Amino acid sequence: MVETGHFALVLAFALSLVQMLVPLVGARTGNQRLMAVGGPVTVTGFALTALSFAALASAYAGSDFSVASVWENSHSLQPMIYKITGTWGNHEGSMLLWVLILTFFGALVAVFGNNLPATLKANVLAVQGMIGAAFFLFILATSNPFIRLNPAPIEGRDLNPILQDLGLAIHPPMLYLGYVGFSICFSFSVAALIEGRIDASWARWVRPWTLVAWMFLTGGIAMGSYWAYYELGWGGFWFWDPVENASFMPWLAGTALLHSAIVMEKRSALKIWTLLLAILTFSLSLLGTFLVRSGVLTSVHAFATDPARGVFILCILTLFIGGSLTLFALRASQLTAGGLFHPISREGALVLNNLFLTTATATVLVGTLYPLALEALTGGKISVGAPFFDLTFGPLMLPLLAIVPFGPLLAWKRGDVVAASQRLMAAFALAIAAMLVTGLFINGASVFAALGVGLAVWLVAGALTDLAVKSGAGSVTPAVMLRRLAGLPRSVFGTALAHLGLGLTLLGIVGTLCFGTEKILTLRPGETVELSGHTLRFEGLTPQKGPNFTEDRGRFLLMGAGGNPDGEITSAKRFYPVRQTVTTESGIRTLGLSQLYLSLGDENKDGSVVVRLWWKPLVTLIWGGGLVMMAGAAMSLLDRRLRVGAPAKRRKPAAALANPT
Amino acid sequence: MTRKQKRMSVILAGLAFLGAAAGLTFYALGQKASYFYMPADLATASVPPGQRIRLGGLVEKGTIVRGQGATVAFSVTDKQKSVKVTYTGILPDLFREEQGVITEGAFGPDGVFVADSVLAKHDERYMPKEVADGLKAKGVWQESKSQ
Repeated sequence: MVETGHFALVLAFALSLVQMLVPLVGARTGNQRLMAVGGPVTVTGFALTALSFAALASAYAGSDFSVASVWENSHSLQPMIYKITGTWGNHEGSMLLWVLILTFFGALVAVFGNNLPATLKANVLAVQGMIGAAFFLFILATSNPFIRLNPAPIEGRDLNPILQDLGLAIHPPMLYLGYVGFSICFSFSVAALIEGRIDASWARWVRPWTLVAWMFLTGGIAMGSYWAYYELGWGGFWFWDPVENASFMPWLAGTALLHSAIVMEKRSALKIWTLLLAILTFSLSLLGTFLVRSGVLTSVHAFATDPARGVFILCILTLFIGGSLTLFALRASQLTAGGLFHPISREGALVLNNLFLTTATATVLVGTLYPLALEALTGGKISVGAPFFDLTFGPLMLPLLAIVPFGPLLAWKRGDVVAASQRLMAAFALAIAAMLVTGLFINGASVFAALGVGLAVWLVAGALTDLAVKSGAGSVTPAVMLRRLAGLPRSVFGTALAHLGLGLTLLGIVGTLCFGTEKILTLRPGETVELSGHTLRFEGLTPQKGPNFTEDRGRFLLMGAGGNPDGEITSAKRFYPVRQTVTTESGIRTLGLSQLYLSLGDENKDGSVVVRLWWKPLVTLIWGGGLVMMAGAAMSLLDRRLRVGAPAKRRKPAAALANPT
Repeated sequence: MTRKQKRMSVILAGLAFLGAAAGLTFYALGQKASYFYMPADLATASVPPGQRIRLGGLVEKGTIVRGQGATVAFSVTDKQKSVKVTYTGILPDLFREEQGVITEGAFGPDGVFVADSVLAKHDERYMPKEVADGLKAKGVWQESKSQ
């Protein structure tokens, strides 16, 4: 089975070479038969990669320690779920997942892309083939997951305990669906540059792909953030760690792309810019892969450091980013410029959005790469953390968030800020009220906290205002309004939901950072501690045994109003003997939208235990807002206008319907 | 305005905006980035009390003192010099003697380094990269330690 997987991988690499060359030549020479090769080859390549991945997964599931990668990252006592997720809980397996998703997306284009112009489809598949070939070669040459060991060890070395969590089942696949999803946007851009023209089908295809990729990337980042929050026991949800930034940069650029693609689709303006953004977004995804996989960074994500891998990925990075940007420089001037618009218009607002988001991306990029560059040039070692990003990223985000509610209310071509402001009066009043209530009635609220709450309420109320205005609230009867609301295009709901989710996330961040409290103390069994109105009683440590670990589990009773226990929180110090590793299992109890978070420290000689306790108001909104943003993207995808494969002739009426909004 | 002038004004506004962002970024890099030192480096570099730095090295054997409550004192060494560190909070799970750590904080007026965060590697097999490089540069790196 393992050899079958290995062989399938080699075959998939060979097919990717065919996929990158034959359709490309076909498109250049106008040969239909050569172009038609692309589809079946892409689908077969995906099937082989899937077979290869299944072979590796079954080796992991069956604890086949004769495979080096399984031996290094698995153990026979591990629960089955972690044996399977362990397939991608290591460098080799995660790269195989990467190409699996890449070929999957390529196959989707091959299967559903029949309404694309033949040359465009051929070129897109060829570019996908190039990316695939580079990464297949990378895996086979430097990171082969199928290397055998002889003699086979009896027992494996266990999966890194931090990864033995359900988060591993969700976070990497989602993140990769996001990262790699942008490869389709990239391939469409490069294909358009190869052909030297962009037509209507280009925009209709790129926008839904951007939505899909963005949706999964949002989910992947949110999931990763929650995972780090509860697994690392530090109580933080974002550390501005270079690896986090590596996923955040494509998200920021992808968000910009999402917005500029709307302009391109609706008004066929900003074509060249959208194309460049698509290239940059995937380039940042590749950069992220490089930062995480090359070992240049110290991180939980850097599984193993092997200089050969770093150099190889750097070559891939240079080839694709350099190549696509060179092509852009050569060909962009051939593309026709789009329609004109007044600076104050929906287009204008979206351009402003892009300006802010790309600048924010650039500051994150500088903050992430500057320490690496400095070390390479001078040998000096610095670390750039939260204080840097608070000072640069923060001031860029605040004005952007403040203008978000205006965008959807401005008309295309020429908008009216005064009219939009009038419609937003209620939302503005609500935001001011929230600001005043926060500032005056909540103890210890800073000016910043009040502003933050006001801004979050402004975003939420602004999103709802958009829906209300578009369904004619105030000028028609409620029944008519409801009917109109139901008849609104799904993408209008998508926009409103995504902006609302942004507001919720902001509210969660402000709530946690500005109103959160924490205590570090030592507790003996029977002692109680009080934090922000919640009383906990420490019940003591109990040793317990898990399948592949032992732990000291500390029980804490949450005391209710009458002094009666009202539930319990447990936190544990786990010891994994195979890797000689200790981990902390944090204890979390959700109360409404807020959480009590508890982390167990070392035991002192006198039997007392160090405990760190946090009260995190509204913290769940941080990730809940992310889910709402995902729902917004899904809603937009359901818009019939974007339904991939919808007959081309419907394009006109749909566009006409969408324009008056 | 003609179309060309309009376009120019938009481009100029965009450039001014980018310039402001770039200025802020480089100001922030100068002010907010914290430099990495190992104990022996501190003899030559003058780090005033209160300036945030990252101090890395090995936790010196036999120096971990658990004091009052949650405060812990230990020494960070690079086998040439060592620096006393105090930290209040929960130490990382992989914190132990002879282990590579990075602490972040500032020197107090008494010359003791007050750390507000302590990082050890997430995995017992690796050493923080900065510490490993630093030890190699000082010629006290033992390959066996990293394996």
